[in-house]
Order: sequence, then structure tokens, then C-alpha cells
Amino acid sequence: MLKLIGRRLVQMVLIILVASLLLFVIFDTPQFKKRLAVQELGGFAVSALSEADYQEWLASRGLDVPFYQRYVDWMGNILTGDFGFSYEKNTEVGPLLASRLANTGILALCVFALMIPISLTLGVLSGMREGSPLDRSITFISVFTTSIPEIATAIILTVVLALGLGWLPAKSAMIQGFDVKQLILPVLTLVIYDFGYVARMTRASMAEVMTSQYIRTAVLKGIPYRRVVMKHALRNALIAPFTVIVLQLNWLLSGVVVVEVFFEYDGFGKLLLEAALFPDVEVVQACTLAAVVVAVTSQIISDVGYTFLNPRIRFS
Amino acid sequence: MAVVTAPPPSVPLMHRLKNPKVSITIFVIAWLPLMLYVMGGSSLGVLEPFILIPAIPAVILLYAICISTFRESTIALIGTTLVFFWFLIAVTAPYLPLIDPNKPIAPFVPPFTAKNDVFFILGTDFKGRDMLSRTLWGCQRVLVWGVSATFVAYIVGTAFGLIAGYISGWWDEIISFLGNVILSFPVMVLFIVILNYLGPSGFNIVIAVTFASAPAIMRIVRGLALDVKTRDYVFAAQTRGESALWIMVVELLPNVRGPIIVDACLRLGYTTVAITTLTFLGLGLQPPDPDWGLMIKESAKTAMLFKFSYMLLIPALSVSSLILGFNLMADGLREMSMRD
Repeated sequence: MLKLIGRRLVQMVLIILVASLLLFVIFDTPQFKKRLAVQELGGFAVSALSEADYQEWLASRGLDVPFYQRYVDWMGNILTGDFGFSYEKNTEVGPLLASRLANTGILALCVFALMIPISLTLGVLSGMREGSPLDRSITFISVFTTSIPEIATAIILTVVLALGLGWLPAKSAMIQGFDVKQLILPVLTLVIYDFGYVARMTRASMAEVMTSQYIRTAVLKGIPYRRVVMKHALRNALIAPFTVIVLQLNWLLSGVVVVEVFFEYDGFGKLLLEAALFPDVEVVQACTLAAVVVAVTSQIISDVGYTFLNPRIRFS
Repeated sequence: MAVVTAPPPSVPLMHRLKNPKVSITIFVIAWLPLMLYVMGGSSLGVLEPFILIPAIPAVILLYAICISTFRESTIALIGTTLVFFWFLIAVTAPYLPLIDPNKPIAPFVPPFTAKNDVFFILGTDFKGRDMLSRTLWGCQRVLVWGVSATFVAYIVGTAFGLIAGYISGWWDEIISFLGNVILSFPVMVLFIVILNYLGPSGFNIVIAVTFASAPAIMRIVRGLALDVKTRDYVFAAQTRGESALWIMVVELLPNVRGPIIVDACLRLGYTTVAITTLTFLGLGLQPPDPDWGLMIKESAKTAMLFKFSYMLLIPALSVSSLILGFNLMADGLREMSMRD
């Protein structure tokens, strides 16, 4: 068990290191250095700059040293909490990223709080009696909702609930402070897109457990069906969905981009997109690195959690 | 857009096609002109107005073949019909009596009204361009770039998967590790970083999709190859002294092909979502040519009123129907291959 966690941790650090190296290398070309110069000095100043002056500018910014040295510096800075400077927003990247990640965290928390009960209930209900009308309709709904892309769900919800009925605000910019009402549409969009997948996984796991020997024994012993499901089946059926739910965090980080941009919610995804369009290289790097760290961590939690929850692996 | 894919069941789906070679030829006849038409654009010269004509009967024929093959699964039939509807629209768009999709006529005309002696079935957008013709033309680029990107991703992913699975050893370690590194990026983040680096264009979308999808495909193919590798016919080929390349292409590839097809249908759906989303975000295909993502992007800024919500709803429903088609097709195919 400890050995497994240790191995996974080493793997995690390696993956993050390689990912950060890739991120650093691809944005380390002469073109991107030039763009940085344009952002700092202005386009005219750079085009008027002679080659020698440009080299001098590079030297003053510390960009002329070999890249591995700068990579080590960059990583060192990040580890001490210095993520660089955002030219678009004119602030330090660190606090900016932290506040945006917190906003996305609120969104993600609401999504999970709503999605987990819905998808688990639906999954268990449909997996309980495979092939029943209830099962079929739940399966169809989950295929249908996951087939509609987030952008379309967002549009339909906005048109119906915000523009048509006027119940909810159409945008979630939160200009006048935090407002729960503005959170509803983004959360609903993400839940509608995501619950089907988890529900299907739960259904598969539940269906597998329901056909196993010990459930048949329990039913044949005359234990009420309700009790068989609640006490015997659920425990084992919910192990697999656990890993799926934790892995949804990775998916959520990519789904959140569209939703945040569409609803103008000030979160991590919107920050990343704005930085990419500007282009604000240091923000892109910081955001991507943060996303990778979150994704890899969630993967490890799901792996370790699975082995911990599954007694067959835990005791072997 | 979950990347987790359960290994699809291994049943030769290709056997259902009575004559795979003919079907593939028809597909090429239908597909190549469309691809040339969208990617080549005006560089086709005099050929441009005629190049899509042979594709129209080919698409209809292909649809008939698919219908007769998938007869037993209603879900697959619905899916195929949806997909082929858009496919047919894509190849016939230049010959349909449509208004030029880029020509401004009268802005903000609601659906089913006439203005300036023109009857607009789906109305016009904020620049006065006909929504109906923009919607129908819009499917061309999504389809072509989506299918091409998925295809390239499959070639790259399968190649790496076969190498990792068959040669194993250090190659496997390195390829699998790099795959894990790429998979640790959330998909949309990876797309944004790659397109930010390369710049937005159709070809760069192909590259980005390849990067994002190939590792997952590689994993599936690697697993299948590890299984197939231990079969007797592979040992026979090794004893004959065939080279590793020959064994991978001739012995392994045909045997891992079936399960990949189901996965490919699902992934076509993901790619279509990705392209529309990226275009909406401003990182994908560029204006002014009609495209669903672009229509959503432009209307989201100008038409946030219930009266004008058709501008958002029409492209959203179109893209949903196409993706629903791909997903239902994949579901039906999986169901059918389980039954065999």
C-alpha cells in the first residue's frame, strides 16, 4: 500500500516536471521573446531597436542565458510562489491565479454537490433492475444529455430560463459582488453535461454487482429486496463510481473553460483563454501548470482511493 | 469530454460489410471531393463548381449500404440518419437554391418572415446574412476538419500503440510515459496551449486534436496489440523471419481494427464538439465563412434578447444533432458487436 503510494507520487512528480519542461520549452522561441519585448517596450520601440540594442534588452531581462538555467530559475520562482507578471491584467500572476482558481473551485464544488447525488441515485436505480423500463429511460436520458455539447446546453438554458422566463440572470460576471443566482446557470450546464457519464458508470458497476453470487444468495435467503440493495449491493457497487467521480475533476477543468467564457464567470478557464488570446505567456504557463497539478493529483487520489476502498486489493 | 474509454469488445465489425472494399471506395469518392473543396477552396480553379457532383450519389449509396448493414439496431439507424443528413447537406450545399451565406441583406429578420421580397425561413443574423444558408453551409467545415483530425489522430495513435504493444521494452516505457504526460493535461487546456502556440487555423486544429486524442488511442491499441501478440499466427510470422514492421502492419493491424471502429465513432463526436467549442472561443476556424461555432460566438455578443435567440438556438441545435448522431451510431455499433 505505502509502496504503491510512493511509486505513484514519484510518477506524479516526474509527469509534472516533464509537463513543465514542455511548457517552458515551447514558449522559449525567439518569436515569443520578441512578443515579450513588444509587450514591454511597445511595437514601435521594438521595430526601431537595433540588433545590438535588442541583445542588450534580452540581457537586461536575463533572457540571454541558456534555457536550462532559466528553466531551473523559473521552477524555483514557482516553488516560492512567484508565477511571473501578467501584462494584460498588469498584476502579479500568483494572486490573480489564486483568486480565479478559488472562483472555479466554488463552481466545481456546487457542480459536485449536485451531480454526485443525482448521478449515483439514477445509476443505482437503473442498475438495480437491468433492462427495466426505468433503466432504459435513464440510459437514454444520460446518452442524450452527454451528447449535447456544453455550449448548446448553455444556450438552451439561457434562452429558456434567462431570456424567455426571466427567472435568472443571463450572465455571471458578478459585477455587484457575489450572487448565488448568477451561479445557477453555469452549474446547471455542467451538471447536465456531466451527470450522464457518471450515472452510466454507476449503472454498469451496479449491474455487475447485482448479478454476482452473494447477491443471489441474499435474495434466495429471503432478505427483502430493498435491504439487499441497500446493505449488500451498494457497498461494492459504489467503489468504481468513486474513481470516476474523482477523475471528473480533470474533465471539469476543461469543461469549465467554455461555460466560464459563455457566462462571463471570472474563473480559471476564462483567465486561461484571455491570456491565450492576448497572448500573456506567463499566465498561460501558470494556468496550465496549475491545471496539470490538479489533474495529476486527482488521478492519484482516485488510484489510491480505489485500492484503499477495494478490500480485494487492500489485503492482497 | 471524458477521455476514459472502456476497452471496446473485440468483434470483427468489418465482417458485417459484405464487400468492404466497395464500401471504402464509395466512401473515398464521397469524401475526397468534399475535403478538397473545403481545404483547397479557391485554389481548385475551374474545377470548383463541379468537384462535388460525383460525391452526391456516392453519399446516397453509402447511406443505403449503412442502412442495410445496421438494420437490426434502431439506435444505430437514427444515428446514421442524422450523420448522413449533414453529410448530404455538406456535399449538396453549393447546388441548393440558397442565398450566398456571406451576403448581408437585411439584419435581424425573425424566422418565417419576408423582407425586401426575400422570404427567410430561419431569419437573418445581426449582419443580415441568411441563417438557413449559413447553417447548411456551416456543416461543411465542421465535418471535414472533424473527420480529418480524427483520422490523423487514429493513424498516429495506432502507429504508436502498435510499436508500444509489439516491440515493448524501452519503447513501450517511453511512449507510455509521454502519453501519460499528455493525458495529464485537461483536454481543453491542451487545445488552448497548442493553438495559442501554433495560431488558429484548420490544419493546426488537426495537429491539436492529434496531440490530445492520440495518447488515448495509443493506450487502446497497445492493450489490443499486447493481447494479439501472443497468438499463434504472430509466432508463425516471427518464425518465418518477417520483419517487425511487416508483423505490425499485416498481422496485428487487421486484428485490432474492429474494436477501434466503435471508439472512432465516439471520438468523432468529441472532435466535433472540440472544433465547435474552439471556434466559439476564437481559437479555431476564422471568419467570415459560415461555421456553427462562429455563429454562436458572433450572436452571443450581439443577440442576447429572447426575440433574437433563434440566432443562438439554430447553430446550437445543429451541432447537437450531428454529435447526437455520432454518439447514437457508436452506441448502436457497440450494441451490435456485443450481440455477435
